Amino acid sequence: MSTHSGLQSECASPTSEFYDADSYISSVKPVWCPGCGDYSVLAALTNALAYLQLPPEQVALVSGIGCSSRIPAYTGVYGFHGVHGRALPVATGLKIARPDLTVLVASGDGDGFSIGGNHFLHACRRNVDLTYIIMDNQVYGMTKGQASPTTAPDWKGSELTPAGTGVNPFQPLVIALAAGANFIARCFSGEPANLAEILTQAIQHPGFSVVQVLSPCVTFRPEQRQWKNLVRMAPEGLATDMRTAARRLMDDDGLTIGRVLYKGDRAPFQPQSAGGKKLADLEREFSL
Amino acid sequence: MLLDAAGMAGWYAYLTRSVGAQIRGGEAVAQLRISRERLGSHEDHFHILLALDWRNLGKFASEMPLAPSSLVIGDPEQGEAPAELLASGARQAWLPMKQLAQAIAGGRANMVAMGALAGLLGLPRKVLDAVLDKELAPKGEKALVASRAAMEVGLEAVSSLPAVARLARPQRNGASRWILTGNQATGLGALRGGVRFVAAYPITPATEVLEWLAPALDEVGGVLVQAEDELAAINQIIGASYGGVPALTATAGPGFSLMSESLGLAVASETPIVVVNVMRGGPSTGIPAKSEQADLNIAVYGLHGDAPHLVLAPNSVADCVLTTQWAVHLAESLQTVALVLSDQALGQARVVIDRPADSVFPTRRLTAAAPAAAVPYQRYALTDTGVSPMAIPGMPGCQYTADGLEHNVAGIPSSLGSDHLQQLDKRQRKLDLYDYGSAWADVEGEGEVALITWGSCTGAAREAAHRCREAGQRVKLISLRLLAPVQAEKFSLAMDGVRRALVIEQTHSGQFRRYLQAHYALPAEVESLNRPGPLPIRPQEILSRLAKFGSV
Repeated sequence: MSTHSGLQSECASPTSEFYDADSYISSVKPVWCPGCGDYSVLAALTNALAYLQLPPEQVALVSGIGCSSRIPAYTGVYGFHGVHGRALPVATGLKIARPDLTVLVASGDGDGFSIGGNHFLHACRRNVDLTYIIMDNQVYGMTKGQASPTTAPDWKGSELTPAGTGVNPFQPLVIALAAGANFIARCFSGEPANLAEILTQAIQHPGFSVVQVLSPCVTFRPEQRQWKNLVRMAPEGLATDMRTAARRLMDDDGLTIGRVLYKGDRAPFQPQSAGGKKLADLEREFSL
Repeated sequence: MLLDAAGMAGWYAYLTRSVGAQIRGGEAVAQLRISRERLGSHEDHFHILLALDWRNLGKFASEMPLAPSSLVIGDPEQGEAPAELLASGARQAWLPMKQLAQAIAGGRANMVAMGALAGLLGLPRKVLDAVLDKELAPKGEKALVASRAAMEVGLEAVSSLPAVARLARPQRNGASRWILTGNQATGLGALRGGVRFVAAYPITPATEVLEWLAPALDEVGGVLVQAEDELAAINQIIGASYGGVPALTATAGPGFSLMSESLGLAVASETPIVVVNVMRGGPSTGIPAKSEQADLNIAVYGLHGDAPHLVLAPNSVADCVLTTQWAVHLAESLQTVALVLSDQALGQARVVIDRPADSVFPTRRLTAAAPAAAVPYQRYALTDTGVSPMAIPGMPGCQYTADGLEHNVAGIPSSLGSDHLQQLDKRQRKLDLYDYGSAWADVEGEGEVALITWGSCTGAAREAAHRCREAGQRVKLISLRLLAPVQAEKFSLAMDGVRRALVIEQTHSGQFRRYLQAHYALPAEVESLNRPGPLPIRPQEILSRLAKFGSV
């Protein structure tokens, strides 16, 4: 892929520089409420990147719209804050055009599974080497408390659906598996060390990695403070075939965390162009 | 094949096709014009109409105007030509194509027809054989032999047909010639401009732009990705461009509407992208396989907020190369959205043209260098030109977050009025201050009467203007290529001395006329010649309207 000339000369050659977590944090103060689970996700992510010693300028974090999607500006990597539900296509275009970068995607359950649902399906299917971090709080927080696709049908806390939605949530990880994701895990923001560890695995695993992070919204879902008492370690045994993984995920109640649930071996989608021809060669096609 | 043969023999030619709504098979008509002069449109009527059958004539009759001098050739087995064709006064002749074809093993009526037409047109035998070899050899020796024999029979049958006016012999002016469609030309323009990433979602009549680009990109080191929908396509190209690779997608009306939110994202985040809209009949699903120019409004006004951006429109098949290339150059230089409004009439016309000149646009994307220590990089820094150096991921020390949220100079989200005003001013200023040069429009001729048009109407307008001048009447033609930002001063200069204007466009509501009235200085006497698709506006219609103006 031809990149902009000048890029090569301005790219830093590998240095012996050491990156700690602070290398991946910006000075911008997050808009999140005190106690929001996303603070821990940010910390865990920076720890994971530091563990991997990825030069910050080689990492890109793409997001959509929502509280979770504000995260890129709080990091010291290259960020793209796009429109609602469209983080995955931006990340897809970026990674395919720039395979040299480590591309991460962050969004919430509304951005990712409602308006972003179609792109989620196709990102899993396409299996580009991306790591998708979904901060799931089972609510639309930025717009002040509406039900999302992962909200229970009888949650009556929304003025939009005061009697509850009456609609079952879907299980995003089952969908991810069925659609072709290559790495599936669930974590809890209240276990940041574990989250950091899982993220390092997700980033390193080729193909489309999905990490669903239960990340409480203290403002609109205060009952989620109980998650810390409800979540438990997922049973051991990593599934590497889809049938086993499917059974495991279908049995799951959505509160098991801390282990990689599925790792596939599908080759990531990264088109290689043949190159080698000049435009003048192509233009001969039109000559009489 | 007739087009190719005419081109090889040295004529210019212009071919359009009309098909039914179904995807494969069914009714089809091909319309071909051949001339020793350069062509940009169809004539007012056809000199020859050859029909293999008369079924479905009703669907096409309005697209095939005839005159008393025209010759209608039918197959006697199909019966008389329909009354609506003969009402034109055209002469009728018979050619038993089916019967003649059946006498040849594997013979087909359409090849007999081709031979007859080639004979009537005076196409040299040598080029006919060459074209046949090229087209039919891949189908095997039997098919080639049968087709040659059928064509022979058709050629021989010409002696039994009434004469038609002879084509003036072609002139070889030494320039090399090309055959291509507008959609192919658009793809080529994109590559010439430096596009190396395309996201594609198919839609009539834009799909061919993408299908031409798919193997072409691969050969020059680029990539095309098929997206799951237009929302993905537009955002994929934003991502690729953010990563430093010039990117483009092509669509038509319905897909274009889907993309509007993210066009705004590209404007607000100052990410260069090019989106081609090969316009078709609207609104909504409209008429997918026919042309119209009624997406002007959404192209110019269709983004929420104040979101200034570029809108360009090629005005001929050849111009699709230059205009698309220029759009890429402008988008990259100004870090914004460039929309290219082509249409089905240009996109799917296949023409013989002079090889387009190489156009060199020396400027390119302004990128950031690694900043001096302790000087924080400001992605949206205020500059004299309004264009800020853009850091590309991979450059150390320049990390920033691009944002659709309004932001300050550093890119940090801001709801302050002062930041909003600064950034709005900057995004407007960068477009206003840029020198677009003389390519903003084609301005031809002099006179107190002007034809003002754009896009695919230009071909017929040009021909009408030419005929005016041949008849001794002065007329000016202005065909806008850069529709936005408005070039009010250049337009006024171009309109100097013009007292009366005829605005020509293929819309129902007069979108182009209203756009001109809103933003440009028009003379007191302005009239509209506007009609929605699918019928193209022909030169004679323009001449008739001009005649009604009376002498100035």
